[in-house]
Amino acid sequence: MTGGLEGPGPNERPHPEGRRNAQGIRIDPAAEAEVPQERAVLSALVEHEPGVLAKVSGLFSRRQFNIESLSVGPTEDEAYARITMVIEEPTTGVEQAKKQLEKLIPVVSVVELDGEDAVARELAVVKVGADNPDEVQAVAEMHDGKVVDMSPETITVELTGPERDIDAALETFERFTVREVVRTGTAALARGPQETR
Amino acid sequence: MSETPDQKQMSDAQDQKFPEEQWDDDAEEDPTAVSTGAESVVSALETAGVEVLFGVQGGAIMPVYDALYDSEMEHVTMAHEQGAAHAADAYGIVSGNPGVCLATSGPGATNLVTGIADASMDSDPLIALTGQVPTDLVGNDAFQETDTTGVTRPITKANYFAEDADTVGDDVGTAFQLAKRGRQGPTLVDLPKDVTQGGTDVTPERGQLPDTYDPAEEADEDNVAEAAEALARADKPVILAGGGVIKAEASGELRDFAREHDIPVATTMPGIGCFPEDDDLCLSWAGMHGTGYANMAVTHTDVMLAIGTRFDDRLTGGVDTFAPEAEIIHVDIDPAEISKNVHADYPLIGDAERVLEQLGDAMPSTPDDREWVEQCLTWQEEYPMDYETPDDEPLKPEFVVEAMDEATADDTIVTTGVGQHQMWASQYWTFKQPRTWVSSHGLGTMGYGLPAAIGARFAADDDQSVVCFEGDGSFLMTLQGLAVAVREELDITVAVLNNEYVGMVRQWQDGFYEGRRMASEYSWCPDFARLADAFGAQGFTVDDYDGVPDAVEEALAYDGPSVIDFHIDPEENVFPMVPSGGANGQFAMNDEQLEEL
Repeated sequence: MTGGLEGPGPNERPHPEGRRNAQGIRIDPAAEAEVPQERAVLSALVEHEPGVLAKVSGLFSRRQFNIESLSVGPTEDEAYARITMVIEEPTTGVEQAKKQLEKLIPVVSVVELDGEDAVARELAVVKVGADNPDEVQAVAEMHDGKVVDMSPETITVELTGPERDIDAALETFERFTVREVVRTGTAALARGPQETR
Repeated sequence: MSETPDQKQMSDAQDQKFPEEQWDDDAEEDPTAVSTGAESVVSALETAGVEVLFGVQGGAIMPVYDALYDSEMEHVTMAHEQGAAHAADAYGIVSGNPGVCLATSGPGATNLVTGIADASMDSDPLIALTGQVPTDLVGNDAFQETDTTGVTRPITKANYFAEDADTVGDDVGTAFQLAKRGRQGPTLVDLPKDVTQGGTDVTPERGQLPDTYDPAEEADEDNVAEAAEALARADKPVILAGGGVIKAEASGELRDFAREHDIPVATTMPGIGCFPEDDDLCLSWAGMHGTGYANMAVTHTDVMLAIGTRFDDRLTGGVDTFAPEAEIIHVDIDPAEISKNVHADYPLIGDAERVLEQLGDAMPSTPDDREWVEQCLTWQEEYPMDYETPDDEPLKPEFVVEAMDEATADDTIVTTGVGQHQMWASQYWTFKQPRTWVSSHGLGTMGYGLPAAIGARFAADDDQSVVCFEGDGSFLMTLQGLAVAVREELDITVAVLNNEYVGMVRQWQDGFYEGRRMASEYSWCPDFARLADAFGAQGFTVDDYDGVPDAVEEALAYDGPSVIDFHIDPEENVFPMVPSGGANGQFAMNDEQLEEL
């Protein structure tokens, strides 16, 4: 090997003591803390056009944002659709996800919905074995669920509620033979007259 | 729809009765009137002020080409679609207006992909127009069908699948505006053949930005005031000027600001040229192979004014040690760049030129940084970019770059491929003007240089020289472009820094893989001078220092494409070097220092 330049070596130079963490934030190197994960509900109002869901889901996979659930559907205005996403990221990641979403051309607006200021609901449909129909009915009622289909072998129950309640309900249903479960992911709106945009 | 005799009579009568109706007759001869979707596409490009297009013909794009037959716009037929994309990209860099490339469906479109991704990484304004199979065949795996909008979704700022001959011109107009406005970038319009062949009489309007796209011009005044305060009280301020300064035409404003406040300026690689490298305040560029003094300044600064940079990892090295004690003022037009890689203490979202004006107005005083400026000058002496040229060693590439620089004017445009030659060109050429450095930064596309030189040639003034540095490995990837350069009689000088290696890979193998030179030796390279002759270009070979001046002079004087094959020291390495993920302040000046790290 040849080439190279003259100058003091790396260990002969002064070096600053400061450091940044993985999020690029200046920290005290002596007291570096773990960055906690945050669970955030994002609601994006988007133009109702082909490919918009692909753009959003592609963005999340490409930038390695952790996505827990995603639901999409039409709104009161047929020109727009609403995509609700639940993501788990450090605060900086949530901010970055919002900004990257806003950058997509068909995205009109993005808001983060805080638990207390929003109504968030999820739908689950659970199909269990029909061995104890009365008990299934009782558990369904206990969780504000509704039996929507019955066959000699199976009972299908519809559940709606906040994600946490659905989790709890499904846990209860595990006492029966759970055949299949489907969940829609969270859909959410801001509380009161506040617009979700 | 044909007129019935009655209608014809009636309209004739009306014409006589209402003379203004004769405008209708004129309209039929209106050059902007269109009859097909393809004509609408061409009309939209003309309305946007497009003068030249780079492309390759093919089945699904034929209607557009047919409409181009009657257009004043110049079409440059490229030898490969990748070259078309790079040429258009370089045209955009040099001119500031989106470059346009065309390709057919399937392989034509996929061959553009590298060039589109390149433009995306470097925020270059580019429009790709691709043919597509007729709409009723889409999804059937038809001949030369590729889901082009799907493939290019992650690498375009926006892309559109044209649905209707009536609106396809507007799609193109919007794509043009989006490529140019806000943070620049590539856009694409996919053009199914039935849409371009379809009838329409709708002449596209001037392109409109979508309602959902509204980039900020001015930064928030309070944030500006706080940032100006921080900068004014800095002891060790530095400006880090990125490619966004050039894109925003903010180079003049930057010069004024830095000189007025006596703040040293380091650029990023894409920012090369935005601040004259012969200015006392200029530290050249920071990053992996940037100057030692730029990297020292960036490491030790207490307030960094970063403008139009996305803090790429080749710039920052490991984020943990990047400007670790600096408050960062980040000016960018793209809010998503703020605190993406490095936290911004003062985010200023807006157009770089406008925000620099705002900052200039808000500065309460000039920083008291005389000691720091002296320190930066000391670093320039301590870590000089001085290479040696021993008689008993082969030709040094640094010498070649300097010889070419000295033999050409300040406004000469330099394009490069990717690899060692690119680094030497960026280090040893002294850039003084924006839009004279044309390279592939973010994507690192080998073979970028020659097609970029072709595109740059079309954007450059006639009296402006275009020099292309290539490596042997990089040049081999796209040298079919020589056929285009010869056919179009383009005055381009290609300097191949030939070390018969994929040199940067060889350097890394020596540094980090115990010298196991797997697949990096290119000792099977052709004779580039004879190859140039075969294409109809002028070829030169230079083996030693004595041969440099004459070959450089003759090649530059040759009115057409020329290629100088410089046989350089095959073992020469690029320094300084910050190892990947390392600390910028821990750059190595030579091989021995690299081993210390």
